[in-house]
Amino acid sequence: MNARHAGTTRAAGYPGAAFVLVVLVLLAGSAFGADSFLTPLGPIAGAEREYLLDIIGITMIAIVPVLVGVPLILWRYRRGNRRATYQPHWSFSKPLDIAMWGVPVLIIGFLSVWLWQHTVKYDPYKPLGDDPLQIQVVGLDWKWLFIYPEQGVASVGEMALPVDRPVSLSLTTDTVMQSFMVPALAGQIYAMAGMQTQLNFIADRPGFTRGQNTQYNGAGFSRQSFAVHALSQNDWQSWVEKARASPLSLNARTYTRLAERGSRAEARAALAPDQGSGPLLFSAIRPDLFQQIINRYHDSKGLTAQQQPGSPAYQSGGEHE
Amino acid sequence: MSDPIFGRLEWSSFFVHEFIAAPSIDSAVAAGAGLAVVVGGIALLGVLLRYRLWGRLWRDWLTSADHKKIGIMYIVLALVMMARGVLEGVAMRTHQATALDGGILSAEHFAQLFSTHGTIMILFVAMPLLIGLINYVVPLQIGARDMVFPVMNQVSLGLTTAAAALIMVSLVVGHFETGGWSAYPPYTGADFNPGVGPDYWIWAIVLSGIGTTLTGINFAVTIYKSRAPGMHFMRMPMFTWTALCTAIMIVYAMPPLTAGSLMLALDRYLDFHFFTNDLGGNMMNYANIFWMFGHPEVYIVVLPAFGVFSEISATYAAKRLYGYASLVFATMAIAAVSFTVWLHHFFTMGQSASVNIAFGIATMIIAVPTGVKIYDWMATLYRGRIRLTAPMIYMLGFFILFVIGGLSGVIQANPTVDFQVHNTLFLVAHFHNVLIPGTLFGMLAGIQYWFPKAFGFRLDERLSRRAAWLWIIGFCFAFLPLYWLGLLGMPRRSASFSDPAFVPWMYVALAGALVLLSAFFTMLQMGWVSVRDRKRLAVPAGDPWDGRTLEWSVSSPPPEWNFAATPQVYSRDAFAVEKEAGHPYLPAQRYADIKMPNATSMGMAVCIAATLMGFGLVWHIWWLAIAGLLGMAASMIARGFVTQTEHTISAAELEQAHRDWLDDVANTRAVTRDEETSPGNRGLAAADVVP
Repeated sequence: MNARHAGTTRAAGYPGAAFVLVVLVLLAGSAFGADSFLTPLGPIAGAEREYLLDIIGITMIAIVPVLVGVPLILWRYRRGNRRATYQPHWSFSKPLDIAMWGVPVLIIGFLSVWLWQHTVKYDPYKPLGDDPLQIQVVGLDWKWLFIYPEQGVASVGEMALPVDRPVSLSLTTDTVMQSFMVPALAGQIYAMAGMQTQLNFIADRPGFTRGQNTQYNGAGFSRQSFAVHALSQNDWQSWVEKARASPLSLNARTYTRLAERGSRAEARAALAPDQGSGPLLFSAIRPDLFQQIINRYHDSKGLTAQQQPGSPAYQSGGEHE
Repeated sequence: MSDPIFGRLEWSSFFVHEFIAAPSIDSAVAAGAGLAVVVGGIALLGVLLRYRLWGRLWRDWLTSADHKKIGIMYIVLALVMMARGVLEGVAMRTHQATALDGGILSAEHFAQLFSTHGTIMILFVAMPLLIGLINYVVPLQIGARDMVFPVMNQVSLGLTTAAAALIMVSLVVGHFETGGWSAYPPYTGADFNPGVGPDYWIWAIVLSGIGTTLTGINFAVTIYKSRAPGMHFMRMPMFTWTALCTAIMIVYAMPPLTAGSLMLALDRYLDFHFFTNDLGGNMMNYANIFWMFGHPEVYIVVLPAFGVFSEISATYAAKRLYGYASLVFATMAIAAVSFTVWLHHFFTMGQSASVNIAFGIATMIIAVPTGVKIYDWMATLYRGRIRLTAPMIYMLGFFILFVIGGLSGVIQANPTVDFQVHNTLFLVAHFHNVLIPGTLFGMLAGIQYWFPKAFGFRLDERLSRRAAWLWIIGFCFAFLPLYWLGLLGMPRRSASFSDPAFVPWMYVALAGALVLLSAFFTMLQMGWVSVRDRKRLAVPAGDPWDGRTLEWSVSSPPPEWNFAATPQVYSRDAFAVEKEAGHPYLPAQRYADIKMPNATSMGMAVCIAATLMGFGLVWHIWWLAIAGLLGMAASMIARGFVTQTEHTISAAELEQAHRDWLDDVANTRAVTRDEETSPGNRGLAAADVVP
């Protein structure tokens, strides 16, 4: 008996302490990620963070008794303990059973009401105010295209938006399914070819964060991220002006090349070899481009692999009207 | 067009080709894995021929219809696949630790690793482990001689093995799918992935899906129809209850997976448009079909573990199970509600808030019966006399870690939070947190617990405990950091990342993965040492743990026929009650002739034919696919002509064997629980005088 206990506590003791130590060092060392909803850039992400902490708090009512009770019971009722009561035939207690079912039912009942309210309140489709900035997002392999129909500009790999103005995204892809995520603003929503999804958010302070695709879509997946700039009104205006000054325009030719499978850098090398690094900006766009991308998948003739960007067989030479 | 004889198979499809053409760390790892499969296969064959084991293996095991042997073979299959799955896990952790703007493996190779790791760990480790354990234990627990359909049992194993073989072959010839274990189209469709990878996945899934469905039917019918007289539903051991619920769930949940992957096959092979982007195809249908299987599957793999924990908590606390009816009701509730929650796997697909609310609440409701079960086990231990042996160490790890997994489950059930953590490492941490402390610890505890029943000797206790602690500690290091990384927004399946803040956590996780690897090797060492010391650890009397249910009332290992005479059951914990009343180990009042199923090669024939068919389909070698299909049909027809399907065992032989064993028991020294893990424990439990 004694040898057994000594062995197990020794085995549990050192790594346990080491683990706690390592966690503390890491928590102290790594700053909260700037691209996470733990450091929100807007009210939606902020509410999601608050809600996460609330759920953890409530659930602790059910969990702490287990974390505390199990070691206590195992120790108290160990075979070697002569003083502990032993009731080998005890197998039911009505009040205990009522508590066992009742407490979780109450917690889950309470959480269900919360879940309902929050899900309605933070529905990604719900507009966050009048006159939102419209941005159309197209997922490509492996980059994101942002179209600003009102401003008549577009960008790849960079989403700029003014602070304190609601933003309404419409999303689709011109390839396989992707999931568009900006943690510091609003989390994620899927984007699928031939379909349109929506995401609404608002930035309440100027700042920089990053977004990314979270749905695996091939070798370039983990590099399919983009910069997000929440800008003051003036900065936002000058960003739009900068885009309008870009020599590139988003027409059928440039789009088909852009849509081809490959990284942002490869697309830049093909479209604007002299533009240096950073995001690609387009000054003029076809006004109905987004809708056309969606509509193409509803053609009664169907699409061959050669006509689908993202397919290894895709030919960017002119098939795209 | 593909070649009529070799389909699309070429020299460059073989594993060494890429390494020779372009040597790198990445291609070396891939070639090494392929080489390991080939060398392992040849070494196995060599050992069989060298020691002339082939005949015995064929006669006693591969053609056996005995549920006990089939159960053991399922578990051997699971352990072989687990070796690969664990190594893949270590490879992925190593890669991600170096993946700041890079990584030692190619993105493509990393994608194959996470896809095979997921597919293997769920369908070829968790499932065979629990199916093997149920196969072995349930007939013994309910007083039956075998499954109701012993040959179908063998065919199920054959199909599952064929599927596992296809996945192993993908290491040597060609490559595997890269879209994760869920293989979402359109990414896995022919337009975007014309290669063989998705096809390997499809046919492995289809074959194992059919095999597993047959298993579910077999288990359910056996439990309905073959219980010993007096074993009412409310007298069944809890493990059998969970097996019944799992079996029913398998019957309802596996067909959607099989159908969904066949629809994907129709898309890929015959240009159907179920899940394509164009012509009305819609991948959202796939997501629904897949998770209609996928979510119940989570409970299919965890319920038997709950059953194991119910058995061992009562046994090692030397006490009745607390709240039997509550546990039965909770198990049934989980089984039923688990079919109503699948949509929580895609809260982010753009459906209305109302839909998300309904499925979110349904998901949280499952937390209630699950929580009740945890409290029931705590109450079982309360006022017991607990021995902290290896299975109980697993249970301790389960208690503490599983509730954390439950917490993260409740968090993700809320669509509002799920928009943030979906598809991130938070999710990866969550499901490993329920699958490892839940399913895996449960299955390992079960193996630890029933091993002496199956083989007649205990597992080395010291190494068993060391392995259990290593699993627990390794899990904490390997997976708890992933929660934090997920909250920081790191997507799952990332072959590289650009935030340096992730790196230290990745190293912690890698250290954890290495501890898990050492846990796996400690298990192998435990097996080796136990086999070496089997005489010292032998428990022929059959009851090494002072067990409570019928399987402990027979010898270890049990005879082919399990029970010399069908037992009569008067209560729950039938064997414990007999022991308390002071009259266990009685000869039967009457012995009668019995019939047992004959050995048959049908299962092996189906296994080989199915493997060839799958390989032919993957590589478009049509003649081989047709030959495989015809081979399966032929084996079924041939079986139809077999008239002698059973052999008789005479009452005299049964009585002789039973009385011999009872004599041995009478000459065995009974030990109290103080000597449980000492060589003095020969499998006969003394009435335990508690201080």
